Amino acid sequence: MLSLRGLRKNFGGLAVTDDVTLDVSPGEIHAIIGPNGAGKTTLINEISGVLPLDAGQILFDGRDVTRLPLHRRARLGLARSFQITSIIPDFSALENTALAVQAGDGSSFRFFRPTASEARLNTAAMAALDSVGLAHRAATPAGAMSHGEKRQLELAIALATQPRLLLLDEPLAGAGPEETERLIGILRSFRGRYTIMLVEHDMQAVFALADRISVLVYGRLIATGGPELIRQNPEVRAAYLGEDDIPLSGAPC
Amino acid sequence: MSLTLLLVQGLNGLQLGILLFLIAAGLTLVFGVMDFINLAHGVQYMLGAYFAAHFAAATDSFWLALLLALPATLLVGLVLEFLVFRHLYDRDHMAQVLATFGVILILNDGVRWVFGSAPLQVPMPEALTGGFPIMDGLLYPHYRLAIIAGGLATAGLLWWLVERTKVGMLIRAGATNAPMVAALGVDIRRLFMVVFGFGAMLAGFAGVMAAPILSVEPGMGDNLLILAFVVIVIGGIGSVRGAFLAALLVGLVETLGRSLMPDVMRLFLDPSSARQVGAALASMLVYIAMAAILALRPAGLFPVRTA
Repeated sequence: MLSLRGLRKNFGGLAVTDDVTLDVSPGEIHAIIGPNGAGKTTLINEISGVLPLDAGQILFDGRDVTRLPLHRRARLGLARSFQITSIIPDFSALENTALAVQAGDGSSFRFFRPTASEARLNTAAMAALDSVGLAHRAATPAGAMSHGEKRQLELAIALATQPRLLLLDEPLAGAGPEETERLIGILRSFRGRYTIMLVEHDMQAVFALADRISVLVYGRLIATGGPELIRQNPEVRAAYLGEDDIPLSGAPC
Repeated sequence: MSLTLLLVQGLNGLQLGILLFLIAAGLTLVFGVMDFINLAHGVQYMLGAYFAAHFAAATDSFWLALLLALPATLLVGLVLEFLVFRHLYDRDHMAQVLATFGVILILNDGVRWVFGSAPLQVPMPEALTGGFPIMDGLLYPHYRLAIIAGGLATAGLLWWLVERTKVGMLIRAGATNAPMVAALGVDIRRLFMVVFGFGAMLAGFAGVMAAPILSVEPGMGDNLLILAFVVIVIGGIGSVRGAFLAALLVGLVETLGRSLMPDVMRLFLDPSSARQVGAALASMLVYIAMAAILALRPAGLFPVRTA
């Protein structure tokens, strides 16, 4: 599905992505973890096309997308969410999602088509809202939603672009315990339907969700494997030493 | 100061406000969507007026001139975007200010070179030469009323475009969160080109409408540009609705201030110093109003909220 081949990126003299090679297979949930400053968001930005690479190759569905700009990759089915909540506060939940539907199908530049009358847009948008459990909030302005609902809405926006791969940058960031629970449930319901690559700090969530986990430290991948394998890996444990807030051993399976 | 004079100055203020809105609408969207400062936007207004003068002389008809000047300003806007502005989006604001200021100098001299430095006159369209009697013996020109009507109609059209169409939805979304919109699969550069060309044409339209009542000369857009920046800052950057209200406000404050301030000052000062102090205060009034509004609402009247 997604193949990263020897990705490299330097900021000044600092290697933020250092020879990263990784395969994400169709239908899996693949988590990227690592201490702060490991280059996780940078990696997401490289894959989605926000940051150009110094070297390496990105294959999406066998197609080389290394040089494609952001919006072209999105049209091929690479959807991403942002670490910082990204919604349009003045639009309703439905409008936010309909915007994503129309962006995904490339009809945006047919200027004078009224938005409201396009039933097809709204049907697709409602379906996306429904799959994140927000159908009942369709008419609510996004700015008036709770933080957890905003994060759900972001997932709906990503789904509405008809993605083949979801790149999620800390989808649980800032969510409270109950909200986290709900979001994990939603992400779990995506399993098998979407291929997901996610960066997340919440280790409990990662170990509960991911089929495979890759560990990034100072821009290098030090391990990739199933949750159990990663938990036992001495290098991973060493990398997390001193980070008290990440209870690697305490994470239930 | 009679009531009639107040009414006339009020209408003049409204008309200035409308022209300011047409210039500010493009400016605020370009600034809001792409975070791009385009000082050369006032040049589009000047070019609109020059195109109107040129085509009016060539065709002998104001209406034909209007019809030809609009696509001409659109074309110039797109060419400038392609040749110059496109390469500045990723630069910082200082680079944008310097480069677009350079464009002002070049185009101001360019029109001087092509059309000469003597001001040009554009004859008023025949159908609108008369006046509307406000009081015995006082006529308010039909043409100025037509500017107000034309501007209001354009504002209405713009509202419909931005609020009710798909491309408008994208523009509003882009002004709020451009990276998100790009990540959804929208070619943000192409969206920007559309906004840019349309904004240039609106400024050109303002220039065409102003041409018969002002003298068409090099640099005529420079003063309006500064006022247009005041308008978009007061209105909230990226907000068309804010630009509309702020433009009317600035137009009224500017026009009424100039005619009222000397009279107000006469209450405190002798006539000659009242005239001087009044005139000085009047030219500051818009900026004092801006400072007051920003002190109360730092992001302008209708800030575009980001998530």
